[in-house]
Amino acid sequence: MSTATQPHQATPSDETSVQRTRPKVSLKSTIVYALAALVTLLAWVLDTPADARTTFQFGSSGDLFRIPNVPVPALGFLVVLLVVMLAATAFSFWRYRERRPLPAWVHVVVGASFVLAFLTFVGAGRSTVIPMVSLLAGALALSVPLVFGAMSGVICERSGIINIAIEGQLLFGAFAGAVAASAAGSGYVGLIAAPIAGGLVGAGLAWFAVTFRVNQIIVGVVLNTLIIGLTGFLFSTVLSDNKALWNTRMPLPRIRIPLLADIPVIGPVLFNQTILVYLMYALVIGLQIMLFRSRWGLRTRAVGEHPKAADTVGIKVNVRRVWNTILGGAIAGLGGAFFTVGSGLAFGREMSAGQGYIALAAMILGKWNPWGAVMAALLFGFSKNLGNVLSTIGSGVPSELLLMLPYVITILAVAGFVGRVRPPAAEGVPYTKS
Amino acid sequence: MKLELQGITKVFGSLVANDHIDLVVEPGEIHALLGENGAGKSTLMNVLYGLYDPDDGQILLDGAPATFKGPGDAVAAGIGMVHQHFMLVPVFTVAESVALGYEPTGAAGVLKLDEARRRVTEISDRFGFHVDPDARIEDLPVGVQQRVEIIKALSRDAKVLILDEPTAVLTPQETDELIGIMRELKEAGTSIVFITHKLREVRAIADRITVIRRGKVVGEASPSSTETELASLMVGRSVSLTVDKTPAQPGEASFEVDGLSVIAANGTVLVDDISFDVRAGEILCVAGVQGNGQTELAEVILGIEEADAGSIRLGGEPILGKGVKERLRSGIGFVPEDRSTDGVVSSFSIAENLVLDLYDTAPFARGVSMSPATVAANAEQRTEEFDVRYTSVHDPISTLSGGNAQKVVLAREMSRPLRLLVASQPTRGLDVGSIEFVHKRVVEERDRGTPVIIVSTELDEVLGLADRIAVMYRGRIVGIVDAVDEHGTRVNRDVLGLMMAGVPLEDAQQQAAEHHSVLGAADLDGDGVPDHLQRPAGEPTGEHRHTSAPATTEEHP
Amino acid sequence: MTEEKRPDAGEEQSVAATPPGETGEGQGPTLREQERPSVLYQIMSGSALMSVLAVVLALLIGGLLIAFANEDTREASTYFFARPLDTLAAGWTAMTDAYVAMFRGSVFDWQAGSFAGMVKPLTESMVFAVPLILAGLGIAVGFRAGLFNIGAQGQIIVGAIVAAWLGFAFDLPVVIHLLVAILGGLIGGAVWGGIPGVLKARFGANEVIVTIMLNYIAVYLISYMLKLPSFNPGRTGQRSPAVSPDATYPLLVPQWLWPDNGFRLHWGFVVAILATVFVWWLMERSTVGFQIRAVGANPAAARTAGMSVGRITVITMVVAGALAGLAATGQVLGTERSLTAGVAASFGFDAITVALLGRSRPWGTFFAGLLFGALKAGGFLMQSLTATPIDIVLVVQSLIVLFIAAPPLVRTVFRLPDPDRRRRPRRTASTTQEATA
Repeated sequence: MSTATQPHQATPSDETSVQRTRPKVSLKSTIVYALAALVTLLAWVLDTPADARTTFQFGSSGDLFRIPNVPVPALGFLVVLLVVMLAATAFSFWRYRERRPLPAWVHVVVGASFVLAFLTFVGAGRSTVIPMVSLLAGALALSVPLVFGAMSGVICERSGIINIAIEGQLLFGAFAGAVAASAAGSGYVGLIAAPIAGGLVGAGLAWFAVTFRVNQIIVGVVLNTLIIGLTGFLFSTVLSDNKALWNTRMPLPRIRIPLLADIPVIGPVLFNQTILVYLMYALVIGLQIMLFRSRWGLRTRAVGEHPKAADTVGIKVNVRRVWNTILGGAIAGLGGAFFTVGSGLAFGREMSAGQGYIALAAMILGKWNPWGAVMAALLFGFSKNLGNVLSTIGSGVPSELLLMLPYVITILAVAGFVGRVRPPAAEGVPYTKS
Repeated sequence: MKLELQGITKVFGSLVANDHIDLVVEPGEIHALLGENGAGKSTLMNVLYGLYDPDDGQILLDGAPATFKGPGDAVAAGIGMVHQHFMLVPVFTVAESVALGYEPTGAAGVLKLDEARRRVTEISDRFGFHVDPDARIEDLPVGVQQRVEIIKALSRDAKVLILDEPTAVLTPQETDELIGIMRELKEAGTSIVFITHKLREVRAIADRITVIRRGKVVGEASPSSTETELASLMVGRSVSLTVDKTPAQPGEASFEVDGLSVIAANGTVLVDDISFDVRAGEILCVAGVQGNGQTELAEVILGIEEADAGSIRLGGEPILGKGVKERLRSGIGFVPEDRSTDGVVSSFSIAENLVLDLYDTAPFARGVSMSPATVAANAEQRTEEFDVRYTSVHDPISTLSGGNAQKVVLAREMSRPLRLLVASQPTRGLDVGSIEFVHKRVVEERDRGTPVIIVSTELDEVLGLADRIAVMYRGRIVGIVDAVDEHGTRVNRDVLGLMMAGVPLEDAQQQAAEHHSVLGAADLDGDGVPDHLQRPAGEPTGEHRHTSAPATTEEHP
Repeated sequence: MTEEKRPDAGEEQSVAATPPGETGEGQGPTLREQERPSVLYQIMSGSALMSVLAVVLALLIGGLLIAFANEDTREASTYFFARPLDTLAAGWTAMTDAYVAMFRGSVFDWQAGSFAGMVKPLTESMVFAVPLILAGLGIAVGFRAGLFNIGAQGQIIVGAIVAAWLGFAFDLPVVIHLLVAILGGLIGGAVWGGIPGVLKARFGANEVIVTIMLNYIAVYLISYMLKLPSFNPGRTGQRSPAVSPDATYPLLVPQWLWPDNGFRLHWGFVVAILATVFVWWLMERSTVGFQIRAVGANPAAARTAGMSVGRITVITMVVAGALAGLAATGQVLGTERSLTAGVAASFGFDAITVALLGRSRPWGTFFAGLLFGALKAGGFLMQSLTATPIDIVLVVQSLIVLFIAAPPLVRTVFRLPDPDRRRRPRRTASTTQEATA
């Protein structure tokens, strides 16, 4: 290695007392950035006519004061973005040579530039505008169940239970939410039934994983199949026999928060939502604090990292795991309500459509932290929505390929392109005393 | 607090781990529980700590019966335990670790970490531990982690402190410091139950000794008994405490390591520019406290760890860059440190485990097709040769005892013609009989002219087996010494101990000449010379190497 | 330093939690049977009986669900307290009707006009079993290596795309065309399975996540492919051109042998049998299988013994993918004879339950595949005759697997003795010490 000449980082006074360290750095980020810049140059910059313009729309109908559409010269803007990406590439290479880690904001800058470059290219020379507000609002809407699911994953996995059953919890939550809301005639009743249903699935997972020590991945996968079958069965029998009673649309009203909702662009996106979305904000913030700053969080993490250590200080490992799994299930169930009452839809067969698995991926991508998981969920929501929006605008890129994007990103992410992650040490391992 | 155990019985399946054990610990005494690996010491203590439900018997505290449903009850009753494998969450800070289970909290269950920190600092100051409450556990040396465990127990007002094999991970000097701490605690009125299989330590510290064998109390002994007496009580027959071997007849240096370095992914230098060689027909012991790079050194020789710099040559031929399989086939025998993780596949049969590395060679396989009959025949032969006790070679190896499983590993690794034998902790966790057997086979292999590398943290094993000793500390070799020098004198135990704490050879020799450590002194009467009265003046101080340079650990007022 | 060991420790754990098929039994003959007290006891506590009881229990619960969802039952239940027997009778009728229809649809239909018609349901079950067995074998091989391959679905899809394309776009001599198409499907599945294998071996990427993601990518891939001009003659984006007759599996019971039999059963079933035999040989008798089992049971020890864990991971996933690709050929070259968006149905996911029910053993998987194939075939007749949705099959399947995975639960329900309590002691002296120390 070329680092042999590097001076040791150890304190000069006493060489023997400190273990030397030589940080290992990698060129991964640099390579990814360079690829992004290359794609921008070859596929987009060279393919954009010099006089084309792209129009970004930042306003929405309900705004207090209208924001005009912003037309930008496409080629010029693309070149600016390209320069930003190249600068980031150079910066990351310099950090590599200096053997220093790269700050996280660089990833964000490169990612945002890349997305903007793509949008600019797509909108170049077209009469249609790029609707930024609906792009973001749609992204948030698609992220909501993902965020709930990912929070469920964080709680379960932090306490040592792998929750593959998020999918089933979402679906059962959606089902129970719709049925209860329809029967009671109020969307809010759905918000009570959904977490109970999700909690039941969580309880099932905990029961098999803790009591019978069945492999947690197996239980999760099988529970998902069970819920798909069960909800599908009831949908085609009971629900369709009497649709008016059991499966009528029962939307939650939107609650507009004064002032905050008037902030341009993000105001209408974030603060004109149903109570379910506001619950999500509270959940994320609350979980982030509770997990790292409360007795519950400390014990939960101890149980997930080193259950025996927790046991020796009198913490009931399995009891805590069971309750946390039920809690996680309830949270995912609540998130499932977004598919039905949260979006004003009736229940449909398999309507969670694999979002639970994406939520799981978001949690891993977010390194088992609530905040990181939210970011990852938003990323998935955004790229999915981008695919939807662009296929309606008609971008020339097949929508299937765009819709694949979140999944490709996830694969790259778990393959370590976003840095090594460390799951809770005792994840998936049943705890027994002897 | 007076602690009594009466008739404690604990049964696992058909195994009686504890058979009506009686034990009385008087207030303020250091009571040693001595027994071989597998004698049932830890089971007994886990019963006392509420981790296991006893099948029979009762626990009395100050004469009143107590039942513990879980460790929480035991802790509430004033019993603290420092487990052999620390019960600390690696990603927690010291303050969090101490608080866990007994968290000071404010509104809504939010932690008051300041209070937890204060608690740590207070106890740490009282005993001179110098533990930083905000340090992360995984960043701390094991010696300091052990102090965190003691702080944990003390912060819950432990009246009886159980120490389970506390010295296994410590240098002799750290052990001295621990002994100092134990004496301080005893002064303060805490009773201590000290679990060990190391005779030397028992004699140095204990006020009373209870010996258990195969789950039964076989007797009490006084600390003034000789090691030979204790050993025969512990094992149930007279045992020789030394390894039987003739002086080595070393040949050419056939295994050479030069400038070898291994760097972990997080940048820690695990093996730091190491050079040494091993000659044919000699045993080189790599001594050192667990976690100073010996494991990685052994793994890099086999090739499961990658070298970042340097070279390794076997018979003049460089082997770095070759795969594990190639190295095994070129004549390296490897006995891994952790038998159950790296040595055997526990769900595989004994026969399959015996061909784990040769499964695809003749006669066990023709092409890609294996021959179960030959595999079984091979197993019958090897188990016979290595005296493995089993029911059927088709039984999973998990049905064997630790000693027999280790024999299977040895049988496998020594069944090929070897050009180098590397054995990491070859006797860890074994009973005395198996230890003797393993040592005998290792010496036989040496006498066949094979260079042998033994990695061991047990100083007794090192002193018994080695022809030369390389001491490792923080990834480096502090020095290499001959086990017996040209004048025929054995290397001093204290010198090795100091080297294990990073003191260079010359300094170590000088310091060792000035002071004898507690255990070093205790060693002397291993020969039957009753000189424990000449114990060095002054107790070891509570200093430790976390904050002070290692060379100053032996300073006395 | 302990830090550094952690990834390995994680690896260990994932394997410590091995699939149920790996729990110690199986590897060659053992003498443990001799220690058991009696033959009766052995049957009472053996896994075969447990499997049967699990199936019975799952069918019972499924039946309750059918009874509950039945309109007549619910109507009767409104006056339950007046005439409770009406409710029970209605429920019983609903349940038996459904299961009788299921039996007629999967095993033997005594109401059919001809003998061929009576036996046809059995052959239909075998038709459905082909992809289940093949994909199930792939997943079972993965389980033995400690890999959770959730990706059979995607592997089937990609295999189907390749096999169908080779089948309809080329014109080759008779036997060769079929072999080429089969090989193509096999390679397509193998590549799709190999990706997570390589990513796990090279970068340590969790195969559960990667295979799930690859499933979705495959779904978008097939819908993209079906819109390509060459795949889309009807401009519907739903169905590719039909596979050339040269490239289809011949019928197993040809018309000249048994005229007008109407069976759809094709040579894919023979392929499934051959694959089962091959997998048995691979796992139990080959050096590759030895390595797969060793890596699955303890990767650290396998590595120390000189095996390349990464290489075995890749090989296992390639084999698993190839088997899923074979399952795809059963669909596109045998049953469907063209590529459709739903060609994989839910075979990839059902195959997981098949492998679990078969306890990851080749013949176990074979018979589990037959059973689930029968449930599927019977489910269709049940749906059309009794209006009981076929989703009930999913419920029954997953319940079976849950019960199989938790024998104590089934034992409690049926009040059976616990075999572990009287068998060998859990630990010997020294291992207890190691575990507790």
